Amino acid sequence: MKKMMTGNEAIAYGAYLNGVRVGAAYPGTPSTEIMESFATYPGVFSEWAPNEKVALDVGIGAAYAGTRALVAMKHVGVNVAADSLFYAVYTGLKGGLVIVTADDPNMHSSQNEQDNRNYAKFAKIPMLEPSDGEEAKQFVGLALKMSEKFDTPVMLRSVTRLSHSSTPVEISTDEPPPPAEPPLYERNIRKYVMVPANARLRHPIIEARLKELAEYAESLPINRIEPGDDTLGIVAAGAAYQYAREVFPKATFLKLGMVYPLPEKMIREFAAKVKTVLVVEELDPFFEEQIRLMGIEVRGKDIFPTIGELSPSLIRECVAKAGLPVDSPAQSEVAATDASASIELPIRPPMLCPGCGHRGLFHVLREANVVVLGDIGCYTLGAAPPLSALHTCGCMGASIGVAHGVSRAGIKDRFVAVIGDSTFFHAGIHPLINTLYNNSAVTTIITDNRVTAMTGHQQHPGTGITLQEQETEAIDLEQLARGIGFKKVDVCDPYDMEKLSEILEDHLASEQPSVIVAARPCVLYTREKSTPPRVDPEECTDCGACLELGCSPLMQEEDHVSIDPLLCNGCGLCMQVCPVGAITRD
Amino acid sequence: MKKIDFILAGVGGQGTILASNILTEVGLELGYDVKKAEVLGMAQRGGTVESHVRWGEKVYSPLVEEGEVDFLVGFEMLEAGRWSLYLKKDSTVIVNRYRIPPPAVNLGKAVYPKEEEIESMLKTIAEQVFWVDAMKIAQDLGNPAVAGVILLGVLSSRVGGSSDAWLKVVERLVPAKFQELNRKAFLAGQEAAST
Ligand SMILES: Cc1ncc(C[n+]2csc(CCOP(=O)(O)OP(=O)(O)O)c2C)c(N)n1
Repeated sequence: MKKMMTGNEAIAYGAYLNGVRVGAAYPGTPSTEIMESFATYPGVFSEWAPNEKVALDVGIGAAYAGTRALVAMKHVGVNVAADSLFYAVYTGLKGGLVIVTADDPNMHSSQNEQDNRNYAKFAKIPMLEPSDGEEAKQFVGLALKMSEKFDTPVMLRSVTRLSHSSTPVEISTDEPPPPAEPPLYERNIRKYVMVPANARLRHPIIEARLKELAEYAESLPINRIEPGDDTLGIVAAGAAYQYAREVFPKATFLKLGMVYPLPEKMIREFAAKVKTVLVVEELDPFFEEQIRLMGIEVRGKDIFPTIGELSPSLIRECVAKAGLPVDSPAQSEVAATDASASIELPIRPPMLCPGCGHRGLFHVLREANVVVLGDIGCYTLGAAPPLSALHTCGCMGASIGVAHGVSRAGIKDRFVAVIGDSTFFHAGIHPLINTLYNNSAVTTIITDNRVTAMTGHQQHPGTGITLQEQETEAIDLEQLARGIGFKKVDVCDPYDMEKLSEILEDHLASEQPSVIVAARPCVLYTREKSTPPRVDPEECTDCGACLELGCSPLMQEEDHVSIDPLLCNGCGLCMQVCPVGAITRD
Repeated sequence: MKKIDFILAGVGGQGTILASNILTEVGLELGYDVKKAEVLGMAQRGGTVESHVRWGEKVYSPLVEEGEVDFLVGFEMLEAGRWSLYLKKDSTVIVNRYRIPPPAVNLGKAVYPKEEEIESMLKTIAEQVFWVDAMKIAQDLGNPAVAGVILLGVLSSRVGGSSDAWLKVVERLVPAKFQELNRKAFLAGQEAAST
C-alpha cells in the first residue's frame, strides 16, 4: 500500500522502520516536521533540544550507547552543531547515527543558502541525498547500516522541495526491530577521548575509511547509470535529478544517491559513454569541481546559476541558451509575459499578526529612537515598514554579542538587543553572560511569547511542555537572569506600551547590563481574541498614527481609518496610539 | 494517462493546504502517479501560499513549469493573477471572487487591481476563466471555512470524470463532524460550475 508523505515524514518513517529509538532536533524550516513526525511513533524518544549542537550531542550519546539515533536540523543548524559533527567523525559510534541537513536553496525561509554538501567533504563524512519520499525512507535505512558498517555518522541531505513535497511512499507491513537489551557501556578511552594523542591515531583511520567508502560507492545500487540517448550525459542527485529528468526524459543519466564520496570509476565509465557530460546541481559546483579534478570535461556552472533553486523551466532555458539540445517548452510564453506585465499586483509580504505582542514592543522602541540589534524570529518583522524598528539580524543569538560590540565601540545613539525566547534558549545565554562579565551597558529585551512561533509553534525550554507532550519544568527567564547575577531585571506586558516605555527609559538611563522580559503569549498559538474596537469616523482626524503600527485590520478609507472586525484581534494598541481618542471599545 | 498540472494559490489561512491534500489523494485514488509541492514558509503571517499538484503516468518534478499549468485555482483574486506566467492558451482558471487586500493597499500605498483588469489579463492568456462566489456560497452554507471545498467542487466538474473518488477523499480528509457540510459544499461547487 502506498501513502502520500512529505519528504520529512518519509525520513521520520524510515527512521522508525529501521529501529531508531532516539531523535533530537531544534526546529528550523524546512526540517522541522521530521522530528514532529518521528515523535508520534510508538516506542521512540524524541525531543526538542535547545539548539542543534545539543541535539547532535544527544544523538551521538545515544549512538555511543549502541542505540540507533536520528538528528535533524536546517542547513544553518549544522553551523551551530559543526564542532560536534567533527568530533563524532573522529570517534565513530556504536549504533547508527543519521544527521539530516535540510538545505533551503532560494531561501524560502532562511538567512542564507549555503550548500551543505560542502560539509561532507569538510568533515570527511559520507552523505546521501534522496530525490523523493520513497528514496528518503529507504536512504535512512541504508545510512544507518553504513553508519554501523563504517563506524561513522552519516549525513542525509534534503532540500525544501524534498522536505515539503509529497510523493507516494510504500507502507511496510514489517514491524521495526524490537529494542535490544541495554548493553554495558563500551569504555574505550583511546577511541572516544579525543586528546591529541588519541585523535592522531584516529585521523589516519578517517582517511582510510573515506577511501573504503569511495570504493563502496562504486557498487552501491543508489548510484546508477540510467542508459539513454548518448548526446547528453547528465549527472544529478536529489531534487535537481527530478527537474532534470522532467526536461530530459530520454538522456543518459548518472543518478547519484550518495553525494560524497563520489564513485570515480563509475563516473569515468559514464563519461566515456556520452558526448557531453552535463552536471545539473543547485548552488555550488560540488560535483562539477570533483569531476573536473578527475580530468573529465564537463559543462555545469558555465550554464546554470550558483544562486537560487533550479526548476525544469530554468534548466530548459539555460540549456537552450548554451546551445545544447533540449525540447523547448510546449507553449509560447510571449502572450503570458506581455499580459502579466500589463497590471501591477501589490505584493503580500509576511507581517506581524494582528494582536502580536511584538508590535507593542517595536512601537515603543521606534518612539524611543534606539538602535535595535536584532535576532531571528517573528520579531524580525519589526524591521518591516511601517515599524522599521529593527536594524540587524544575522543568525540565531547574534543580537546580544553584537550589541555588546557596538557598546564597546561607542556610538552616539542609544541601543538595545532584542531576542526571542526560543532564540534566547538557543544561543542567547552565553552572550548575555558576557554582557555581565565584561560589564557593558547593554539592555537585553527578551520577547517572551511562550513558544517558537516563527517555525510553526514548537515547544521550548521555557514552555513547560516537551515535544512528546510531557509536562516539565518551565525555565523562568526572569529567574534565570537573576540567577546569572543581573541586578536590573523587569518583566512587562508589551500591550502596556506606556509602562514598557517607562521601564525602557529607566534601563537605558541606568547604564548597566540589564534585562527586560517583554511577556505576551503568541495569539496565533493561544487563539485568544478580545472584542475589536471601533473607529468613530466623526472623531477620526485621519492623522495616520494608528496606521504606523502596521496592523492589517486597520484600513485607510476615504477620509478616515476603519477596523476590519474579522481580522482584528482586539489587542487595543491602536486605542493607545490614537491622539484624539477616536478608537474605542464598547 | 494524460498529465494534469494544478496550481492552487491563495493567502495563508484560506484552506489551500487541505484542498491540495484532497487533490493529491484524488489523483492517487484515480490511479495516477502524484506529486505535490508547497511553500508555506511564512504562510501563517498572512503571506502568499502556493501548492503545485501534478498527476501523470510518471511524475518527476513536483513543480509545475511556467506555461504548463492545466488548472489554476485562485482562492483570492490577486493571487490568481500572480500565476499568469504559468498559464497557457488551454489552461482553465477558476477564481474565487474574493479579495484580501495586502497591507500596502490597506495603508493606501498600493492599489488593488480591479476585477475587470485581472479578468482581462487572465483572458488574454487562457481561454477558460471561471469566476465563482465561493465565499458567498460558503457563508450561505453557514461556514466560510468550506470555500476551499466549494472550489474543489468547481474544479472537479472542469476536470471531468466521475465525482465519486473526489467525494470519497473529501469525506476521508475532513473531520467527521464536518463531513456532511463539506459534502454539501463540494456539491454546491459542482452546481455552481454547471450554471
Ligand atoms: C541555527 C538556526 N536554527 C534554526 C533557525 C530557524 N529559526 C528561525 S527563527 C526561529 C525561532 C524563533 O523563535 P523565537 O525566538 O521564540 O521567536 P518568535 O518567532 O516566537 O517570535 C527558528 C527556530 C535558524 N534560523 N537558525
